[in-house]
Amino acid sequence: MEVYLDNSATTKITDGVRDIMLKVMSEDYGNPSSLHVMGVNAERHMTESAQKIADCLKVNPKEIVFTSGGTEANNLALIGAVMAYHRVGRHIITTRIEHPSVYQPLLYLEENDYKVDFIPVDSAGKIIKDKLYESIKEDTLLVSIMYVNNEIGSVQDIEEIAREIKSVKNDIILHVDAVQAFGKYRIYPKRIGIDLLSISGHKIHGPKGIGALYVSDSIRLKPILFGGGQQRGLRSGTENVPAIAGLGQAAQELYENFDQKINKMYSLKQHFIREISRLDDVRINGLPVECTSDRIKGEYLPEQIMKTAPHIISVSFRGVRSEVLLHALEERGIYVSTGSACSSRHPKPSATLEAIGIPMDMINSTIRFSMSDTTTKEEMDYTVEQIRDILPHLRRFTRR
Amino acid sequence: MFKAFLIKYAEIGLKGKNRYLFENALCDRIAEVLKPLGLYNVYKEQGRVFVECPDNFDYEETVEAMQRVFGISSICPVVVIDDTDWEILTKGVGDYVDAMYPDKNITFKVMAKRADKNYPLTSPDICKEMGDYLLRRFPELKVDVREPEVRINVEVRKKSYVYSIVIPGPGGMPVGTNGKAMLLLSGGIDSPVAGYMISKRGVAMAAVYFHAPPYTSERAKQKVVDLAKKISGYTGKMRLYVVNFTDIQLEIYEKCPHDELTIIMRRYMMRIAERFAEKENCLGLVTGESIGQVASQTMHSLASTNEVCSMPVYRPLVAFDKKDIVDVAIKIDTYDTSIQPYEDCCTIFVAKHPVTKPNLKKIRNSELRLGEYINELVDTAIKTVEIIEIE
Repeated sequence: MEVYLDNSATTKITDGVRDIMLKVMSEDYGNPSSLHVMGVNAERHMTESAQKIADCLKVNPKEIVFTSGGTEANNLALIGAVMAYHRVGRHIITTRIEHPSVYQPLLYLEENDYKVDFIPVDSAGKIIKDKLYESIKEDTLLVSIMYVNNEIGSVQDIEEIAREIKSVKNDIILHVDAVQAFGKYRIYPKRIGIDLLSISGHKIHGPKGIGALYVSDSIRLKPILFGGGQQRGLRSGTENVPAIAGLGQAAQELYENFDQKINKMYSLKQHFIREISRLDDVRINGLPVECTSDRIKGEYLPEQIMKTAPHIISVSFRGVRSEVLLHALEERGIYVSTGSACSSRHPKPSATLEAIGIPMDMINSTIRFSMSDTTTKEEMDYTVEQIRDILPHLRRFTRR
Repeated sequence: MFKAFLIKYAEIGLKGKNRYLFENALCDRIAEVLKPLGLYNVYKEQGRVFVECPDNFDYEETVEAMQRVFGISSICPVVVIDDTDWEILTKGVGDYVDAMYPDKNITFKVMAKRADKNYPLTSPDICKEMGDYLLRRFPELKVDVREPEVRINVEVRKKSYVYSIVIPGPGGMPVGTNGKAMLLLSGGIDSPVAGYMISKRGVAMAAVYFHAPPYTSERAKQKVVDLAKKISGYTGKMRLYVVNFTDIQLEIYEKCPHDELTIIMRRYMMRIAERFAEKENCLGLVTGESIGQVASQTMHSLASTNEVCSMPVYRPLVAFDKKDIVDVAIKIDTYDTSIQPYEDCCTIFVAKHPVTKPNLKKIRNSELRLGEYINELVDTAIKTVEIIEIE
């Protein structure tokens, strides 16, 4: 049996996405900037895609900028906003559990004399809101907060946070990295008060190498790429039309039968956590209550689980090195991540797991299971079964 | 301006009757590395190997490829003058100097060789006359017979050859002229260097790698394949044996004292490597061990791992400091691959305090605890080996 539980790393494209991309690549391959009909046809794919994404977010399609992915969307949002509004102030606020594509650009800005506050999170991975509000200053220019954490699936109360920070200082620009949240939540930036919102194609069954940034028409950005002036000068470079078409298609498909898909993932998540917590010495990370197996053995935690993202489950297995467990699962056809895939090739511990206070030995024993809406109960049961089978063996052979 | 190279070889020149074997091996190896780059003509003539290049060859790429051929002491880009007639020869050498040193602001010396002993001028005559000619044609040149900045070499054979650039080759002897050995290749820094060094003495290589899934990853294995590819850039084709070592390792872990785990494990690696070495008609094993580098490489530990095989074990790094090994690894471009952070099977279960002075008798006794079952596991590991042909 093959079980792909690494959907937070990347996802498989849908048939619909494949079909439209194939069509664009082989038939409508014109340059959207060309004046002839081939250009017009290519451009139509872009407008349609922007419309589909705008529909999901209930925004104007003119507010969508296509980028090469989540990383570029985050970079454009942060650097672009700071370059445009540097006269407003030099203070930026973010959290300690951001993705490197937010964290690193902010470190870069810090090197260039911007002041960045990194707000801590509690043991469930939720930002400590009082600290956030207290840290807002006269010259605070930008707040950047991820919607769903990619490693533990914790969800921030974006609506409340947006309301509060804007009531303290209404010209603060709010950026939300929604790469893991888009398609899992109905996100309406205008209603919430989000000014910039990043999404990525390959996390939502679209292609790799494409993402988008929602830029509210009430703010302006400076570009970070310069050239032919495509996309209203905000993102030069010939547009990746096949991927753009694929992204729009993926976004549209996401919100079909939305509630049904999300409910199914939640019920699988609950089932999986209940089963996995029957095993000895495991700990479920990122839940609002302490979830070690000796405390919650097989307990049903629907309310707590509903407060986290439907697709991500982070579990630490005491006494087992996560990389070994990963490879042992791989031998049985199950694909997962240690911590977060983006940082799995570096031997440094995960900043998120550290920030929520997981002890070092447990950080190195942490596996992330991430589902998609096509994940089945059989697959989750098979996974639990295999872990139950492997764990005693792995725990017997450890470094002494 | 160059369309050919003159290849010099050092030690091969010393060989007696079997010299042609060495020369042929060298020509073959040069032809092999140049084959992917185009249609080169490689041939030998009177104690020299010549490489004629195709019309649009890439100079840098060609030199780089030949710098990986053991046996070459130097690579000289050469201009061929189709005639030996003195008028034509002097003009040709003059044109060469004109093109190579347009400023003429050099001290020089002419060095001559004639293979044709009937040539009207002797070698010293050629040097003198050619020097005079050059000074007449380019009065700015200066002669310095002791320490010239440029040595202009003129060789008169069926045709004439001029060169003044001498690029060092890797030295050593052509691969395959000295039998074959089995390299115990890990993902570390040392073993690829050891393989390189032994191979440099003309030894062809096969390699064995022990992996331990799920404790070591597919990427760790890929890293070893990548390293083998780098080494094969020098040695030519190489067969890599990938042995699944997990069960043997776990069996040792369960039955033997933990502080002896690494030593006993290495004894089994040597035994298995020797079995493949026999199959490959190898004449020895090669390891990257260096005295005292880690617990399993003390004199005591080496004695203990050495005793399990009857083939000679070559340890070219035995007296190298780590820094010196790293220098070679950087030179042969294996270092960056070696330092990728994937765990190999030697480190996964390593004890906090492994024995540094293993007692042979004690080790043998500990091994007795493994019983017959371990031999079954060894046989299975040998039977299920994965063979990867590295080109």
